[in-house]
Amino acid sequence: MARIPTTHDPFNAVAEPKRRKIIEVLGQRELSVNEIIELLGWPQPMVSKHLGVLKKVGLVRERREGRQRLYRVDVEQLKPIYDWVTPFERYWSESYNRLDEVLSELQKKEK
Amino acid sequence: MSEKKNKTVITVEPGKQELFITREFDAPRELVFKAHTDPDLYARWVGPRDLTMSIETFEPVSGGRWRFIQKDKDGNEFGFHGVNHDVTAPERIIGTFEFEGLPESGHVILETTKFEALRGNRTRVTTQSVYQSVEDRDGMVAAGMESGVVDGHERLDEILEKIRK
Repeated sequence: MARIPTTHDPFNAVAEPKRRKIIEVLGQRELSVNEIIELLGWPQPMVSKHLGVLKKVGLVRERREGRQRLYRVDVEQLKPIYDWVTPFERYWSESYNRLDEVLSELQKKEK
Repeated sequence: MSEKKNKTVITVEPGKQELFITREFDAPRELVFKAHTDPDLYARWVGPRDLTMSIETFEPVSGGRWRFIQKDKDGNEFGFHGVNHDVTAPERIIGTFEFEGLPESGHVILETTKFEALRGNRTRVTTQSVYQSVEDRDGMVAAGMESGVVDGHERLDEILEKIRK
């Protein structure tokens, strides 16, 4: 698969565990930087750095409210990642659903 | 059949050479194991319904070989083969796995499937697949994409809904 630069690629952006953590907390609700720092207990420069990358790839959106900047996840941008894993997941879900049928049939026979 | 409560969970962490597939079944471990080691049973469930499965070799013992072919409606064939390294009833199957449709051969996966007995005659099956490189793993996951026809949008909607709340 051809790779586009980090700053345009949500796959690379979520490859960093700390950034996934930020997405996780922002997935619950919109937060300010201070709230993220408080929730995660990380130093401010670390939070700002990762938040910056997430903003660049568009996974996180920023909005001003008074003197505060609030951050939230742009779920639409997570779609490529979701689309990527879905067919593989479906292959297995479908196989295992068939296995359910085989197993329930076998159990009926045993009774 | 009642509403499906057993969900297939695929764990693909970015930047790693492995992935995990986990699923629980409402059947005792011996039976689930049997469905993995009896060729007639195995052929009935591996792969999507729209592919025809034919097993060429099936030796569910340590050191045994296996090969099967899945054919789609247009006659395209997808071959897979490998060697069973360790088959220990009813707890584990460890073996190699190779998809024959890749541009070059030798991209082998090491698969470890564990069968765990749960309360109430239930069983958890966990497969760890270890690839030779992150690229191999990501390529395999993406390969499902080419077969297309997937519409994950409904489920995406559910996820979006959840995140928004």
